[in-house]
Amino acid sequence: MPGYYESEDLARFGDIGKDAPQLWEQFNKYYAPVFAEGALSEREKSLIALAVAHAIQCPYCIDAYTRDSLERGSNLEQMTEAIHVAAAIRAGATLVHGVQMRTVAEKLSM
Amino acid sequence: MTQSLLKRHHPLSVIDEQRRIIAGAADVAPFETRMGEAGLRPLTAVGITTFQINVGKMCNQVCGHCHVDAGPDRKEIMTRETMALCLSALARTDAPIVDLTGGAPEMNPNFRWLVDQVVSMGRHVIDRSNLTILTVSGYEDMPEFLASRRVEVVASLPYYQEKQTDAQRGEHVFERSIAALKRLNALGYGREGSGLALNLVFNPVGAFLPPKQAAIEADYKRELARRHGIVFNRLYAITNIPISRFLEFLISTGNYESYMKKLAGAFNDDAAQEVMCRTTISVGWDGRLYDCDFNQMLDVSVNHGLPAHIRDFDPARLAAREICTGNHCYACTAGAGSSCTGSVA
Repeated sequence: MPGYYESEDLARFGDIGKDAPQLWEQFNKYYAPVFAEGALSEREKSLIALAVAHAIQCPYCIDAYTRDSLERGSNLEQMTEAIHVAAAIRAGATLVHGVQMRTVAEKLSM
Repeated sequence: MTQSLLKRHHPLSVIDEQRRIIAGAADVAPFETRMGEAGLRPLTAVGITTFQINVGKMCNQVCGHCHVDAGPDRKEIMTRETMALCLSALARTDAPIVDLTGGAPEMNPNFRWLVDQVVSMGRHVIDRSNLTILTVSGYEDMPEFLASRRVEVVASLPYYQEKQTDAQRGEHVFERSIAALKRLNALGYGREGSGLALNLVFNPVGAFLPPKQAAIEADYKRELARRHGIVFNRLYAITNIPISRFLEFLISTGNYESYMKKLAGAFNDDAAQEVMCRTTISVGWDGRLYDCDFNQMLDVSVNHGLPAHIRDFDPARLAAREICTGNHCYACTAGAGSSCTGSVA
């Protein structure tokens, strides 16, 4: 194996349906309407996807939703702010666990 | 400022080289094959609604995506004699719209004369303006001229922010474009009830497709009003055509193959039925006839036995002609489609 995360693999996403076609079909039936215009615009949903892609550190998703965000009319300022939201939540989630750290430390300490 | 491909003696300034690259796009079915699958081969015209005249390749800008390879160094300019032939031909059609493009069409020394002649024939005139020419010395009274003739202005503004606009069109272009738009607004352009139409053109600043036209129009209206107090009527979302300087960008950045695959993969049967060439005739600066401005830049004149010069204009045959196509046409059939007036499907 030459390496992980080959960019060409993104175009082969559909291969996942080969041995579980019904599940793949169900996934697609759900996925497409999730991103359709609703209470949120398609552009807003794409920015959320971009931020989540960074939080879960999925290079395929980052590739796909960078392009998608541009194709929905977003600009780099908006896209950068979106990933700061993801970063802030990750940072906050890390820090808030510090309360647990303090609780344990206080219990153990004199 | 970037220079034209021609000025730089770039290999793509040889049109045969562009045609060779476009015809050989890897992993992309020939456009004609795809049109056949859609039941649209041969593609034929259904009339002449828009009489588009490219009055020359001279321009005060050198934009990175320009399909004309226009610039200050380009001297190809339509003469008044050729314009007169256009007017004679126009009189033999009932085309309601005359679409003037370039280069910067206003830089043709006979531009105002041509506008006056067309207006006197009762046809609606569109000026495809780059906006900044309206701020250049010698053209400052152009907005008043256009307004007095009720000319529709279709103006390029690829984004509502400076960074993206200048990246594509050159340093300070956004700032000067905003100044020009304010002048047009002051004359009534873009304002409800004025009868002076001001439509903007969005095209992607890079190797990706445009957004849905209605969505990006709403963004433009909100942001241009909020940031600059500018109003306009419609926004046309146009896909970049993979020829000329945009082709240079695609190749030099390693985006050519993926862009062509993107365009071909987004083929839309409904958009393909509505492509603008079916209702347009395009006249080049030297009087040659084309199916569209893009074929014009690839030197692909109307074909299939039709006379290909304005002096031999045959309205009946042109109105039902078979259209010449190539892989660059995928840009007009992708997604919601693309035309000189934006999305088509």
